[in-house]
Amino acid sequence: MTARVGVVTFPGTLDDRDTQRAVRIAGLEPVPLWHRDKDLKQVDAVVLPGGFSYGDYLRAGAISRFSPVMETVIEQAKGGMPVLGICNGFQVLTETHLLPGAMLRNNHLHFICRDQKLRVENADTAWTADYEAGQEISVPLKNIDGRYVADEHTLDELEAEGRVVFRYLDVNPNGSLRDIAGITNAAGNVVGLMPHPEHAVEPLVGTGRTDGLGFFTSILKKLVNA
Amino acid sequence: MTLDTVKHANETPDVDQPWAELGLKQDEYERIRAILGRRPTGAELAMYSVMWSEHCSYKSSKVHLRQFGEKAPENDALLVGIGENAGVVDVGQGYAVTFKVESHNHPSYIEPYQGAATGVGGIVRDILAMGARPVAVMDPLRFGAADHPDTKRVLPGVVAGIGGYGNCLGLPNIGGEVVFDSCYQGNPLVNALCVGVMKHEDIHLAKASGAGNKVILYGARTGGDGIGGVSVLASETFDDSKPTKRPAVQVGDPFQEKLLIECTLEIFREDLVDGIQDLGGAGLSCATSELASAGSGGMRVELDRVHLRDATLSPEEILMSESQERMCAIVEPGKVDRFLEICEKWDVIATVIGEVTDGERLEIFWHGEQIVDVPPRTVAHEGPVYERPYARPDWQDALQADDANKLARPETAEELRAQVLKVISSPNQASKSWITDQYDRFVQGNTVLAQPEDSGMVRVDEDTNLGVAVATDGNGRYAKLDPYAGAQLALAESYRNVAATGARPLAISNCLNFGSPEDPAVMWQFAEATRGLADGCLTLGTPVTGGNVSLYNQTGETAIHPTPVVAVLGVIDDVNRRTPMAFSDEGHLLYLLGDTKEELGGSAWSQVVHDHLGGLPPAVDLDREKLLAEILIAASRDGMIDAAHDLSDGGLIQAVAESCLRGGKGARIIVPDDMDPFVFLFSESAGRAVVAVPRSEELRFNDMCGARGLPATRIGVVDGETIDVQGQFAIPLTELRQAHEATIPALLA
Repeated sequence: MTARVGVVTFPGTLDDRDTQRAVRIAGLEPVPLWHRDKDLKQVDAVVLPGGFSYGDYLRAGAISRFSPVMETVIEQAKGGMPVLGICNGFQVLTETHLLPGAMLRNNHLHFICRDQKLRVENADTAWTADYEAGQEISVPLKNIDGRYVADEHTLDELEAEGRVVFRYLDVNPNGSLRDIAGITNAAGNVVGLMPHPEHAVEPLVGTGRTDGLGFFTSILKKLVNA
Repeated sequence: MTLDTVKHANETPDVDQPWAELGLKQDEYERIRAILGRRPTGAELAMYSVMWSEHCSYKSSKVHLRQFGEKAPENDALLVGIGENAGVVDVGQGYAVTFKVESHNHPSYIEPYQGAATGVGGIVRDILAMGARPVAVMDPLRFGAADHPDTKRVLPGVVAGIGGYGNCLGLPNIGGEVVFDSCYQGNPLVNALCVGVMKHEDIHLAKASGAGNKVILYGARTGGDGIGGVSVLASETFDDSKPTKRPAVQVGDPFQEKLLIECTLEIFREDLVDGIQDLGGAGLSCATSELASAGSGGMRVELDRVHLRDATLSPEEILMSESQERMCAIVEPGKVDRFLEICEKWDVIATVIGEVTDGERLEIFWHGEQIVDVPPRTVAHEGPVYERPYARPDWQDALQADDANKLARPETAEELRAQVLKVISSPNQASKSWITDQYDRFVQGNTVLAQPEDSGMVRVDEDTNLGVAVATDGNGRYAKLDPYAGAQLALAESYRNVAATGARPLAISNCLNFGSPEDPAVMWQFAEATRGLADGCLTLGTPVTGGNVSLYNQTGETAIHPTPVVAVLGVIDDVNRRTPMAFSDEGHLLYLLGDTKEELGGSAWSQVVHDHLGGLPPAVDLDREKLLAEILIAASRDGMIDAAHDLSDGGLIQAVAESCLRGGKGARIIVPDDMDPFVFLFSESAGRAVVAVPRSEELRFNDMCGARGLPATRIGVVDGETIDVQGQFAIPLTELRQAHEATIPALLA
């Protein structure tokens, strides 16, 4: 048997089908979830994929966080259900305060699409257990509002508690504070990051690397062995 | 004010009408009166004026464009040809691909961000309207001199607009071009291409048939944006209590377009539409008249039902508005409820605005009063056709006599090295990654190849690995020297680029960018280029599926270089077999395919080193192009080559440098004994490519080339971290990379 992973589609979500594919490639069952629907269809985990939900109008993620589906996601995330927010999904997670901090416009003010090197800082979360701490991976990065910021106290706390999950290597592509690319909540079930692991799961497409597959195999092992 | 109804027009035959301000000629206005048997109403005049404009009617270009049909090669793959929103090609396994390239030149000069953004939006809706899911976009762009201050205004706006719109739609941007030339100063060329994929049975056409079927307008509300000529009409006809100057450039809302795409695809999946048309240039005037014209009956529209952003809009303005993100569908009455339900699911506004009738007229009403009563074909398909005079310009001979082969050449190896670096770091030959990194090339997860590869390639089917490749190319310098050959060279390069990645070229789309058709010299360029393209397509067996003509790209008396841009679509049965451009394996042997002649006319070298344009462009040999393509495709399929890169502007050294930088490996290059090193490195002879052959495949590859009669010369080996042209010079990759990659950011960032 395998586990069921919900993939939410908001109006303006772009990477929902790509995320479903990544989930499938990892051996999990993808379950499409609709923003207007509070019912999570008994999924074991949820991914909030990338895109421009509501056109990023007002502020990235600011409108999506009020979607009916998010009421249930927030409630279940607090109960321990694994949730992964990628790019726009990460922005939604910070808007809901499941994760601290916020994303501002890139410091160079341009959209940037590149193959980005990252270091896995925490391999104990629900979504990174298949990596090793200190492992270097490359996955695509593509955004215009990707600069992670938080107050100094929060940043210190994140560092002290080992909640910085990914850091940019070689190049900090957007001016994120302390090179932070992704973080987790204290329980380790909610993870958000700006780069796109779902676009690095097949050798044939994208950058030709499969470094992102570990996110999905991590959750598979956690859910199926649990 | 009184509404100018049909009845009112009948009663007041002698009212002065602003036909000239709307861009109509006297005889065109007379013709409208003759068609209708009375003066047109204001609304009718608005419709005819936009639909008979050069942009919509192709009145100057039509007589030449006919060749694309008349000389079309036999081709079973063509499912839908010229005349629809976009052509459709059979790519096998039940899949059909639709693609088209269009211009948004003038708006992008006035308002770079919105002009370029709505250019993407427009072409995407064309593809969507055919029934396809859009899967990729590309943007061939041309700007004035890279160091001109206005380029720094136009280019960043255009690039941000393309990215801002395309990225938000979730369409990977997989290729295109960026060219600088002072001839485009004041007339930048912003062309946009979109590719879509569907199953054969999903093809939809723009036609309204079946009396009683409903006409549904859905998408964004209609606003006052995109009304150009009508501002005159508005100021003359209506009261002063509202804004009279409407912005002529439309404003895009990519979020709305994304909803429109998903909503429309869901509507297609449930088979709810009979005919469909997107709203682009000329807005509702175009959509209603084209749908009615192509269908079997007439159409009745209640214009006051249209959802408006601005309640003060007049019926004329509503008909002419080019507000973006709108579509018009013909739906059977029993399917209307489900149609509206799906629109509601996607938060898309939809309104039944009329129905198909069993009559022959397009009738439009405003609060019950009739304001339009026209035969739709006279608006949409039977506009004026001009036989514009054309003549070979008197300067053409002198231009061709100014032979680039006689320009001063480097005399020492050091000078040759310096010129190589100068060309490779020049804005046209430099890396464009600062620009293309602002576009998302990964979204949808099917991108197999993207820029700077020779062609963009996307996977169509995840199980069978069927894929399609597209390349766009154009060279205005070649076309200026000889428009017939220049158009064929654009075709040949694009064709070669598709084949270089391992895909089989199937069909083309084109965007013909020229100056004013009222100038006989420009018209000659146009006539020559279209003739060259039609002849070339016949020889290569690749039909023209559609495209776009952009005229009046000139400031005062100075026209742009004639710039036909050609997009070639190819198919590859298994994307695993694609050939990338990177030299990534040490020891692989480099072969130059094709013949190198002394051909420097229009070359990058002549431009960069001598600021020169003269002589003749490289000779065209389309049979050789076909042979080269066949070899490249067979070598890809049978695993005989690991990398391939076409040779075009900048010649061999440009191609080798790009492939080395892409793979992070150097190369040792041997100049053939009988060849002048300068010509070897910089000539731009057509029909050539450089390939990397694993040693284990050398014999087989050579045998194949020999048997087929394609010249293949071993010119070196992938090796080290330097490009070493033996006996001449060496350039370390680090120095080369700095030269190639620093130029564009230094100018524009």
